[in-house]
Amino acid sequence: MSINRRKFLKIAGASALFGLTGASAIEELLTTNAEASVSPGPEALTAKRWAMVIDVSKIKTKEDYEKIIHACHSIHNVPDIGNKKDEVKWIWEEEYENTFPGVSDEFIPESIKHKPFLALCNHCAKPPCVRVCPTKATFKRPDGIVAMDYHRCIGCRFCMAACPFGARSFNWRDPRPFIKEKEENKEFPTRMKGVVEKCTFCSERLARGLKPACVEKSNGALVFGDLEDSNSEVRKVLSANYTIRRKPEIGSGPSVYYVIGGNEHA
Amino acid sequence: MYNGGKIIAGLIIFVGLFTFPIFYNMGKTSAMPEPKLDTPVIKQLVEKRCVESKEYMRANHMQLLDNWRDLVIREGNLVYESTGGKKYIMSLQNTCMHCHSNKKEFCDKCHNYANVKPYCWSCHIPPKENEI
Amino acid sequence: MLEKALTGSKRYWTWIFILLAIIGVGFINYLRQFDYGLGITGMSRDVSWGFYISQFTFLVGVAASAVMLVIPYYLHDFKTFGKVVILGEFLAIAAVTMCILFIFVDLGQPMRVMNVILHPTPNSILFWDAMVLNGYLFINLIVGWTTLTADRKGVPPPDWVKPLIYLSVPWAVSIHTVTAFLYAGLPGRHFWLTAVMAARFLGSAFASGPALLIILCLIVRKVSKFDPGKEAIQALGKIVTYAMFANVFLLGLEFFTAFYSQIPGHMHPFVYLYAGLDGYSKLVPLMWMSTILAIVSLIILVNPNMRRKENMLAFACVAVFISLWIDKGFGLVVGGFVPNMFERVTEYWPSLPEALITLGIWSIGFLVLTILYKIAIAVREQTASWPELH
Repeated sequence: MSINRRKFLKIAGASALFGLTGASAIEELLTTNAEASVSPGPEALTAKRWAMVIDVSKIKTKEDYEKIIHACHSIHNVPDIGNKKDEVKWIWEEEYENTFPGVSDEFIPESIKHKPFLALCNHCAKPPCVRVCPTKATFKRPDGIVAMDYHRCIGCRFCMAACPFGARSFNWRDPRPFIKEKEENKEFPTRMKGVVEKCTFCSERLARGLKPACVEKSNGALVFGDLEDSNSEVRKVLSANYTIRRKPEIGSGPSVYYVIGGNEHA
Repeated sequence: MYNGGKIIAGLIIFVGLFTFPIFYNMGKTSAMPEPKLDTPVIKQLVEKRCVESKEYMRANHMQLLDNWRDLVIREGNLVYESTGGKKYIMSLQNTCMHCHSNKKEFCDKCHNYANVKPYCWSCHIPPKENEI
Repeated sequence: MLEKALTGSKRYWTWIFILLAIIGVGFINYLRQFDYGLGITGMSRDVSWGFYISQFTFLVGVAASAVMLVIPYYLHDFKTFGKVVILGEFLAIAAVTMCILFIFVDLGQPMRVMNVILHPTPNSILFWDAMVLNGYLFINLIVGWTTLTADRKGVPPPDWVKPLIYLSVPWAVSIHTVTAFLYAGLPGRHFWLTAVMAARFLGSAFASGPALLIILCLIVRKVSKFDPGKEAIQALGKIVTYAMFANVFLLGLEFFTAFYSQIPGHMHPFVYLYAGLDGYSKLVPLMWMSTILAIVSLIILVNPNMRRKENMLAFACVAVFISLWIDKGFGLVVGGFVPNMFERVTEYWPSLPEALITLGIWSIGFLVLTILYKIAIAVREQTASWPELH
């Protein structure tokens, strides 16, 4: 089997990347400590490309939305700064016409027109934010998650300019005073001032065999799974429903799909 | 030499200022820090051993933690199997600080002595110390 | 040669101390920003770049414009620029210094700036921008210093600088092209996603840089015995004229595409900047001021009789500079963020500390410029009395 140029470049690039970051870290560890080894957790959930389907018709009340948003924000110590300028958010409500600008029609059912949608990082297949980051502080994992390495972020905010979905927040000031101590998750870090943050598809929970917090609290409205596994739950929902994605014309390939439904019996 | 006097005086003042810290601290000694290992969790351990030997940790904990963060965040690992074959979850906040729940008496002691200011705790939440 | 900057008139030292005082105020405010975070500025989640990045963008243009002197003088042996070419190179040094400082103060975690080199990322345009800017700074430092030293000794510059001088030509174009690519490659920002961005940047750069240089030449002639020459200033005036027309033409192209196509995403930023959107119109007066100044300056510049009068030319240059500063040093960056990704408008206006830090960096630039010009002028005043060598 011949290897085409594109594939070769991909492999060469990947190995160069690995050589620069990963391999050196392990090598260094192993040279100082010959017998130590590392591995993913035994219960870790894995996928070729993680994706999410949001069935908007199944999220009915204001409480439903709040429960989902709160689950995410409290577990990740997302601060509630209380002003729009310094706001930090990972998942939030947006109206239909704001979530899908250019797609929204004037004469659609009122129930959809003013229905809140959930907005979050789309974990794009070809993420513009990763393309522009000058330090690889934001990078794409092999399982499709667009991850953040807060240790490395220099706070240039190029990724915020590049993200077509407004999914990224910057810590304009120290977030600690704005995390209620009682609600603080002692097992998860906060962020510091001067770094960019966003949804991580709960990679820390996946590593321990748990689904994302928002999915868990959604009563089945949010479905999470492997887009490249034809038997996965997301693929079943995608093949049974008409779904839309945000700004597909940009070509970044969002991994978050929306089922609109609309009718009560949907 | 033009302005010889001024130049020599200037040089003397410069050397004096530059070497001031050495003279100022001469003959003074600071007590060696003794980080405390008497947290409840450590007391209950049968084998009182960190993820690696005490000597290794003392010399290399910063490199180990630096590697851990890349291994976990950038490469999706979670478990560290140490030289002795024991397994640990790689997490400063949840594994290290679980035993060393006394940041002030453990971490800060040496870091203050060596005047290093790691920014770990700008994000990682240390345990509440008065709760122990 | 540096010692030449240490002797000067009372006026020179007053100017230096005024600059130092403004730098001090800026520095104190930077310490406040360092402590509190970038929340001290007017930037927000929606408008996440502001004054700092737009000053940087504008000044890269000023730096690149040195090429408008280097090409005629070194490539076409246009002798008239013999006296001003060094002023252009030194202006580039001051401008690049400001650019690097503006990038630095815009970082949320400035202590980690070396990560850009520790983890080099060729797919990031910002990485390339850091590389080409530093390269340009070094090229101009070496070229400027060597040619001036040779000048002082009354000998021609050494042969080895020639390749560096030639290299500085494409390099100057590259710094502004790469800076335009920071914007022109972002898929979600209609205002920036345009192929003519780099061309427009170069057009405005070659107008604003030489315009500033004309003003500086006139000041230099007033405060010293060094005369850059009437012809040189007139030649620069022609460059400003052509470049300003090119810039306005390219801006016109943007308007045509946006409004003839009637694509909402393309029109919105222009509507916001020039007419206001959804009731938000903070930038409208500024943008119209920019437009009027551009028209006025073009009327003067295109008319040879007016352009030849130096006070008219000076006025036109001030108009060009202010017009382009508003357009590129303010509107360009904000326009890309308004409306945001959810079609909502969040406005931006710099805060006081942000403005003072900005002013501080401009003062550092002018301090560098003053010192370099002082040296250059001192050398030129000296050699002017050796007629046999020229």
